[in-house]
Amino acid sequence: MLKFTEEHEWLNIEGDVATVGITAHAAGQLGDLVFVELPDVGAVFSKGDDAATVESVKAASEVYCPLDGEITEINEAITADPELVNSDPTGAGWFFKLKLKNVADADGLLDESGYKELIG
Amino acid sequence: MDETAATKKTPLHALHLSLGARMVPFAGYDMPVQYPAGVMKEHLWTRASAGLFDVSHMGQVTIRARSGKYEDAALALESLVPVDILGLAEGRQRYGFFTDDNGGILDDLMITHMDDYLFVVVNASCKDEDIKHLQDHIGDTCEITLLDRALIALQGPRAVSVLAELWADLAYMKFMDVRHCRLHDVSCLVSRSGYSGEDGFEISVPADKAEDIAKRLLEHPDVQPIGLGARDSLRLEAGLCLYGNDIDQTTTPVEAALEWGMQKARKTGGVRAGGFPGSARILDELDNGASRRRVGLKPEGKAPVRGHAKLYADAEGKTEIGEVTSGGFGPSVESPVAMGYVPVSCAAPGTPVYAEVRGKFLPVTVSALPFITPTYKR
Repeated sequence: MLKFTEEHEWLNIEGDVATVGITAHAAGQLGDLVFVELPDVGAVFSKGDDAATVESVKAASEVYCPLDGEITEINEAITADPELVNSDPTGAGWFFKLKLKNVADADGLLDESGYKELIG
Repeated sequence: MDETAATKKTPLHALHLSLGARMVPFAGYDMPVQYPAGVMKEHLWTRASAGLFDVSHMGQVTIRARSGKYEDAALALESLVPVDILGLAEGRQRYGFFTDDNGGILDDLMITHMDDYLFVVVNASCKDEDIKHLQDHIGDTCEITLLDRALIALQGPRAVSVLAELWADLAYMKFMDVRHCRLHDVSCLVSRSGYSGEDGFEISVPADKAEDIAKRLLEHPDVQPIGLGARDSLRLEAGLCLYGNDIDQTTTPVEAALEWGMQKARKTGGVRAGGFPGSARILDELDNGASRRRVGLKPEGKAPVRGHAKLYADAEGKTEIGEVTSGGFGPSVESPVAMGYVPVSCAAPGTPVYAEVRGKFLPVTVSALPFITPTYKR
């Protein structure tokens, strides 16, 4: 199940674990990323908390935790090579896996067509 | 930035839009922050080839003595800047700054000796106050005129050959030379200067001819348009100050490590020592040193350290010693770079300090400026 937030994160939900990244639209807006800071495995976040930071040449931006949950895995490949987020935002450029506190909360997020409408 | 303020447009505004620029409000103008290539590619293109920048938002001002004599205009301007203007040769440009009574910097500017008058370029965000400052202090003896002209910067190692192929071989010009010349039958004022650390030119053109000139330049395969994003990373790598970030009324020229902009004639013992606002403090700092200093800062890790990050002497964040004024990623040095102020006791290159970024204290090494080797044609 693919879901999206209005803050331009995508979630691929399998069972009660969501793989989270930023959308191609967001990656394009940010420009070439030069640094990514990921959360610690085991960190517990509420929806809307700052979970990661991405930095382009010119600015830093926060990546928000899209739902309540616990970080179970992070993608070290993007800290080693932040460009992966630009080149493959919905594939190799994923950020972290989140064990959802309540899977049903995902119903409140956008689906693909809703997100496409949002970004025009 | 007050986004509700009416934003002004430069003569190249329509061209930026047609080139797919992402526009942002900057100093009251709607300006291109980047083009589709993106900041990283634009930055590297400028260092390798030639980048075209629209700097028309900056103020272009002429100062003419009512007497008609250059010497009178030069001496009048010397009452506002700690720079040797009288000794500036005709056709030569010099960097300088307006100071206030406390020795703080009101703006930085480029000053050119034209035949019998001065041509100065000031920052967009300061230009109205600069004009008022000039009017209030030297308006009785000089005529101050804000010109309605565009300003195009062509920066990078290919800039000179591009201009030679299109219109005029300007290779005879040295760094900081200024000449009138005709480009595409348009009368332009060209200086061999810029703010990227590269060889290059700034071309002042009549507003109604700006788009034509810019388009001709952009048709050349060596030229790409470059936005404010790359302009900022280029000047940061070159160790050049951005007014409002690295220098302002709270920083003196000596604190800002800009002594090189003050010539012997205006310093203690010089033929026209002092006589500018804040001269007592500035001359004292020149002779005895200031308590703090603008330095280069090289973060050891990969995380960029941005402007306003606090600097500490220790890794625990107990002793705050200063602040980062500009920081980001340097595409040419391939690492984060920054500038900021530290006490003179910490200003020696190699001194370890710590910057607070998102609650962590990251190791940063005080570094000599610039971070790149400028390629000015002296």
